[in-house]
Amino acid sequence: MSGTNVTPTLVDGMAMRTAAPVARRLRGLSDRSIAWLFILPTMLLLLAINIFPLIWAIRLSFTGFMANLPAPAAFIGIDNYVDILTDEDLWANFQITAHFVFWTIALQVLIGLGLALLINQKFRGHSFWTTVILLPMMLSPAVVGNFWTLLFQPQIGPFNYLIGFFTGIAPSSFTMIGSVALAPWTVVLVNTWMWTPYVMLICLAGLRSIPDYIYEAAEVDRASPLRQFWSITLPMVLPFLMLAVLFQAIQSFVMFDMVNLLTSGGPGSTTELVSITLKRAAFEKWETGYASALAVILFVTIFGAANVYVRALNWVKQQ
Amino acid sequence: MTGRPDMKPLGWTRWLRRGPWENGAMSVIGLGILMLTQPFSLDLYTYSFVTILGGTLGFVVVSHFPQ
Repeated sequence: MSGTNVTPTLVDGMAMRTAAPVARRLRGLSDRSIAWLFILPTMLLLLAINIFPLIWAIRLSFTGFMANLPAPAAFIGIDNYVDILTDEDLWANFQITAHFVFWTIALQVLIGLGLALLINQKFRGHSFWTTVILLPMMLSPAVVGNFWTLLFQPQIGPFNYLIGFFTGIAPSSFTMIGSVALAPWTVVLVNTWMWTPYVMLICLAGLRSIPDYIYEAAEVDRASPLRQFWSITLPMVLPFLMLAVLFQAIQSFVMFDMVNLLTSGGPGSTTELVSITLKRAAFEKWETGYASALAVILFVTIFGAANVYVRALNWVKQQ
Repeated sequence: MTGRPDMKPLGWTRWLRRGPWENGAMSVIGLGILMLTQPFSLDLYTYSFVTILGGTLGFVVVSHFPQ
C-alpha cells in the first residue's frame, strides 16, 4: 500500500467525495470533459442573461405586447417593423444619431491621436498629465451629464463666460443646451470630452509598441519627422486606432445616459438619439412590442457594422 | 475524359471562394447603413433594414465558405 501512496489528482479527489456510481463516471472523464464541466455553469448563465433576452425580444417584436397591461402578447406579424421603417420622425432620429456618431468619432480620433503623440514624448510630469487626461473617462455618464448641464447654464455656467471672454459675445446671449442649432454640437462636445481619453489610451499603447530601431533606421535614411509619421507611426498605430473607433462607434450608437441627462433629447427632438426614442417607447408609452422591434433593428445594424469593421481591421493587420 | 471529374469541384470552389462573397456581403451591409441614415429618401430608409439584414445573414453564411 505504501508503495502506491501517491497524491490524488483533482479528479480522484472529486471522485472520493462523491457517491460510488457517480465517482466511477467521474474517473472516466477526460481533461476536456472536466474543462467543459467547469465552463458549463458560466455558459448557462451567459445563455440565461444574454441569449434568452435576445430571443425573447425578437419574439416580442412580432407582437403588440404592452408591459403595463395584463393582456397576453398578440401576434401582429411585421407590423411593428413596418411602423418603424415608415415613420418620418424615427428616420430623423436615425439621422441625428448618425450625425452624433460621425462627429464624435472624427473628433475623438483627431484629438485622441494628437494627445497620444504628445504624451508619448518623454517630458517632466508626463505620468501626471496622463492621469489628468484620463479622469473624464473614469467618471459616471450620469455625473458628466449633470455637471455639464451646470457648466452650460447661460447665467451662471463658466462655459458661456469662457466663450464670451475669447469672442466678445455676451455670455447670456446664447444657450448651448436650449438652442436648436447648438444642442446637437453640445452632445458631440461632451461625449468627445468624456471618451477622447479612451482613444488616446489605445493609441498610446499602439505608439509604445513601435520599436525604436525603426525610427533610428528612418533617421539614418534622413527621413523627415512628417515622413516618419506617415510611413511608420500612422500605419503601425492604425490597427489600434481602428479598434478604438469600433468600440467608440458602438458605444456612441447606443449612447443613452449622458445625452438623456444633458438634453433629454431636446430642444424639440434635435438631440433625440434612437436609444432615447427606444426608452420612451418602452418605458413611457409602454409599447413593448414596438420597442423590441426597434431594439432588434439597432442590434442587427450594429452587428452588421461590427462584422464589416472586424473584417477591415483584419485586412489592415495583414497589410 | 479522366480529368473531368477533377475539374468540376475546382469550378465550384472557384465560385464559392470566401473573399469576393464577403466583400459583396460587406458592401450590402454598408449600403444598408447608408440607406438607414441618409436624409434624402424615405423609401431608401424603409428598405434599409431588409438590406442590412440580408447583408448580415449573407456575411454569416459566406464567411464559412472555403478560402
